[in-house]
Amino acid sequence: MNPILITIVTLSAIGLLVAAILFLVAKKFKVEEDARIDQVEALLPGANCGGCGCAGCRDFATKLVSLDDFGDVQCPVGGGETMNKIAALLGKAATVQAPKVAVVRCNGSCENRPTVNDYDGFGSCKVKAALYSGDTACSYGCLGCGDCTRVCKFGAIGMDPESGLPVVDDTKCTGCGACAKACPKGIIEMRPKGLRGLRVVVLCNNRDKGAVARKACKAACIGCAKCAKVCTHEAIVVDNNLAYIDPQKCKLCTKCVDECPTGAIHKFNFPVRKAAAKPAVEPKPVSEPEPVVEVAPVLAEEPKPVVKPAPKPVVPKVEVVADDADSDDVIELDID
Amino acid sequence: MKNRTFTIGGVHPAEHKLAKDAPIEKFPIPAKVAISMAQHLGAPATPVVNKGDKVKVGQVIGTPTGFVSGFVHSSVSGTVTAVEPRADLAGNKVMHVCIDVEGDEFEQEIDCSDRIDREIKLSAEELLEKIKNAGIVGMGGATFPTHIKLAPPKDKKAEYLIINGSECEPYVTADDRLMREHPHEIVLGARIMARVLGVETVVLTVEENKPEAFEALSNATMRYVGFNVFRMKKKYPQGGEKQLIDAVTRRRVPSGGLPIDTGCVVQNVATAYAVYQAVQKNKPLIERVMTVTGQCLPEQKNYLVRIGTPLSAILDSVGGIPAESVKVVSGGPMMGKAVANLDATTQKGSSCLLVLTPEQTARTPEMVCIRCGRCTQACPMGLEPWLMNRLGRAGDTAALEENKIYDCIECGCCQFTCPSHIPLLDIVRTSKADVMKIIRSRAKK
Repeated sequence: MNPILITIVTLSAIGLLVAAILFLVAKKFKVEEDARIDQVEALLPGANCGGCGCAGCRDFATKLVSLDDFGDVQCPVGGGETMNKIAALLGKAATVQAPKVAVVRCNGSCENRPTVNDYDGFGSCKVKAALYSGDTACSYGCLGCGDCTRVCKFGAIGMDPESGLPVVDDTKCTGCGACAKACPKGIIEMRPKGLRGLRVVVLCNNRDKGAVARKACKAACIGCAKCAKVCTHEAIVVDNNLAYIDPQKCKLCTKCVDECPTGAIHKFNFPVRKAAAKPAVEPKPVSEPEPVVEVAPVLAEEPKPVVKPAPKPVVPKVEVVADDADSDDVIELDID
Repeated sequence: MKNRTFTIGGVHPAEHKLAKDAPIEKFPIPAKVAISMAQHLGAPATPVVNKGDKVKVGQVIGTPTGFVSGFVHSSVSGTVTAVEPRADLAGNKVMHVCIDVEGDEFEQEIDCSDRIDREIKLSAEELLEKIKNAGIVGMGGATFPTHIKLAPPKDKKAEYLIINGSECEPYVTADDRLMREHPHEIVLGARIMARVLGVETVVLTVEENKPEAFEALSNATMRYVGFNVFRMKKKYPQGGEKQLIDAVTRRRVPSGGLPIDTGCVVQNVATAYAVYQAVQKNKPLIERVMTVTGQCLPEQKNYLVRIGTPLSAILDSVGGIPAESVKVVSGGPMMGKAVANLDATTQKGSSCLLVLTPEQTARTPEMVCIRCGRCTQACPMGLEPWLMNRLGRAGDTAALEENKIYDCIECGCCQFTCPSHIPLLDIVRTSKADVMKIIRSRAKK
């Protein structure tokens, strides 16, 4: 017989035999899984960010299916819409939480907060914080090595090379909280996004006495409590020489912003009136076409802001585009 | 006899013992001191003086908070000007007692004479109490309270007391000078600790690069039975507790275990000296020998410094920081920490003040791991730093724990030896902190 034919026949026979064994094994050891897990997973964003506290979207889906009541459980990326869809699918009730956004509570830019020593160690905030209090006189502020930018899976946070501080892009931030967990100084707070993104925040985390804080940073909260006095909604608490604005109570009257002697309180995304504009936050009036500044992460080679005219007027803000290739490079420098 | 050494790992940094011929000088008492309440491992002491109080040298100004903690004494006489958080060496805020110096009035019972008092009159319990009340901590750098080490759990028996005079760190010569100038006091301190522990055999270890110290200690121990002086090979980290036990007894401290599990207690020579001062002279730990060194300094010094002296005052005494120098390190170059704040003050564990030039501290850019395995060869704990680096960057705490990252002694041999200049120690140290946090939280449950 033709050797080619023999080969074909033999191989086919082996193939059939193995297929039969595999079929039987698959039947015998089949893992019964709730079909709803797959359906729920399909509804989830698939970011696997861990913002919900689970190991990934599938883990979260399994948890949701097993829960009788969702309670506080929430997918921060998908938000209320996703949770409602899942609740409808599973026939349960979802409590929708307000979407959150990361707020960097430090305004210690190079200009406001001069360095008092040079750090030449490994470029990681975690390592730097383990070694000492930081290269400025403020031991509470941003360390500027960009750990937060490296953990963001959505490219929503990047270092501004001008100020040396991280900048959050509200439109991309999903509120997963990865950056807040990565920050060794705990300066990133997850705050409710608020109506149209309007927020009033104390951009400082310094709990030193006023004189010490002011000496370290021009834009520090000195705990003078002027803001708390001017606030008519009792939204501001001054504790440990640091003011904190409760987002639940704040009615966005912005009186405190004008009252703060050091300019530590900032308002975000407010429509700009002609004279009252704060140049640092709102660079230009809304009516003009706005430049969208693309900023590469600070650790990338020669971070050079590329200014592009945007097609139509948008709410002015600094958009940060994390260059995937570069940021990967930074994280896994010698992992392999 | 062949020089002894530990069995695995180790590196040979250039020794640079520049200050070894500078005799110990008394550093003048500064006008103001600030004494930290966190000079020991464990909980910071609780200040017991208030602003405006008059204090004498040797008066208790801080009492222990909890089990692992210690007493803190005033190193000067004068008026307390403030009890407030101040930035320490690393810039972190720590409670300090600030004192304006007036005269130099000692507490009455303190004996300041140089007479060597050889007779040990007290019982073991009384001695231990005295050591505890003197606020003595491990002066090699770890600053673990000595009285806890000298009181091992009942089910464990100490067989050997090892007095560590290896001083394997480059540049540092404080222990060397102490051994050369005060060998009898050190040996007496060792005798006191041996009595507390009830051990018969005491081993003093000196590295081969300190022949004078070896000679001095050999002569001082001549008349005592059970005292041995071992000459050690020059190798870093010879003075590490676990390495020393290995070198002297060939016993291995079990992973995650304590030195007492092998029947050994290790104490530094400076600690032995402080114990002698505390027990025989009633002098609590208020001063220590500190090396001030660096190629860029005009003078190399070994000072007997009062605790709480500002670093800037010490540097001024040797002509201030030279213009070209960039980094001031507290401790040796291997395990010391860069000083972020020169207004910070000396502590019980400050063995050296090292001033380095930009050329000496220049960092070479990090390159990829070439898998040469040098870090694994150098690790004295038998760990795999390259693997820890990978796992640490990936945040895989479970695998890090499996690979026994908690055994790391943070000696820095891996980073010293890495041809790719990977900051292995930085990564391993932070990863170890993460893993320890997880282990501790698990223990609580």
